[in-house]
Amino acid sequence: MTDPGAVFFQAMLVDNMPLTLFLGLCTFLALSRKPDIALGLGLAVTFVLGLTVPLNQVVYAALLAPGALAWAGFPDLDLSYLKLIAFIGVIAAVVQLIEMLLDRFFPAIHAAFGVFLPLLTVQCAILAGSLFMVERQMGLAESAVYGLGSGAGFALAVVMLAAIRARLAYADLPAGLRGLGIAFVLAGMMSLGFASFAQMAAQ
Amino acid sequence: MAARLWQVLTDPLVRQNPVTLQILGICSALAVTTALDTALTMAVSLTVVVVLAAGIVSAIRRFIPSTIRLIVQIIVVASLVIVIDQVLQAYFFEISKRLSVFVSLITTNCLVLGRTESFARNNPPLPSMIDALGNGLGYSLVLIVIGATRELFGAGSLMGVQILPTVDQGGWFTPLGLMLLAPSAFFLLGGLVWAIRSARPEQAEAAEHAAPAVAEAGR
Repeated sequence: MTDPGAVFFQAMLVDNMPLTLFLGLCTFLALSRKPDIALGLGLAVTFVLGLTVPLNQVVYAALLAPGALAWAGFPDLDLSYLKLIAFIGVIAAVVQLIEMLLDRFFPAIHAAFGVFLPLLTVQCAILAGSLFMVERQMGLAESAVYGLGSGAGFALAVVMLAAIRARLAYADLPAGLRGLGIAFVLAGMMSLGFASFAQMAAQ
Repeated sequence: MAARLWQVLTDPLVRQNPVTLQILGICSALAVTTALDTALTMAVSLTVVVVLAAGIVSAIRRFIPSTIRLIVQIIVVASLVIVIDQVLQAYFFEISKRLSVFVSLITTNCLVLGRTESFARNNPPLPSMIDALGNGLGYSLVLIVIGATRELFGAGSLMGVQILPTVDQGGWFTPLGLMLLAPSAFFLLGGLVWAIRSARPEQAEAAEHAAPAVAEAGR
């Protein structure tokens, strides 16, 4: 297995979910108007990714991968095409469970980022984390580190974008560029900055 | 009736475009647009999925309990996406490799769920499918514009056919490498949003903080 630190920073900076892979952009742009809201969203994404990616790794390796059901007498069975439905189911269940547990035991945390949890079921970044895990054939430990790393990358990007947008609220922009338009341009510039990490990793 | 259906179909093309106005479905809109052929494949796949999903959800809308409607819709969409994914892998293997996980990610595309949740759930199958087709075409339009721009200026070709002869082939065109990288997609979409909103000022967002009116007078 590769070095966990390298996997973490690769996922966080080089393969940054929203800025270089364009994943989770809907929430990335819609909820980045205020830094505190963005921080709550970032924490929720990190938490859910760190939990669902390793869980899905277990589900995939134990049930769906080609030949995984050999112990039950189906050595030739390949259920990997079912991974999409299985992953979505796991993610929906985990999100629901986290929300109920937080509501019951940690109402303060639930109040802070509980509102974002239902959104995350249909967040592209969450599902993509699990799909990349299959595509890159990660082990259990590696997938946990990968999930946390990509979640941290999302949190970093969304908080930074929110901070810039909060300052831009007072700028006198052309009417057509206000809101969504300028958010795209900002994200593009941040993406340029993050591209330098790819260069550093390549050397 | 026919006029209403026509309006349902054409509204999402520019006036109510799902990508540029409602920020729906951009997750995949940017990642697959480095070349025109992947953008087209993605656009067709998404349109097929959203039309079929809207039809199915609308056909069974009276039987879905509202408490679990999201789960039902996701399952319907996910099943359709699996079918599309398998078809692409069978007949267009090379393109499906380049699209990587993004075909699977149609499942969580907010555009698809947005249409089934807000329109198909409350309307009969025919208008729902037409509405979905309109939104799929609106999404396709954005994808094709961005995909064509990026491939034309990034590699000098369209659909893999060389349009502008590049320098290393003895031509005059120096490819803009940035066009093939992530940031250019953001810039292009930002520019597109700007252009559409300048042409149609009613779409522009209101300023969050208006300048205080007294500032001028006090000077």
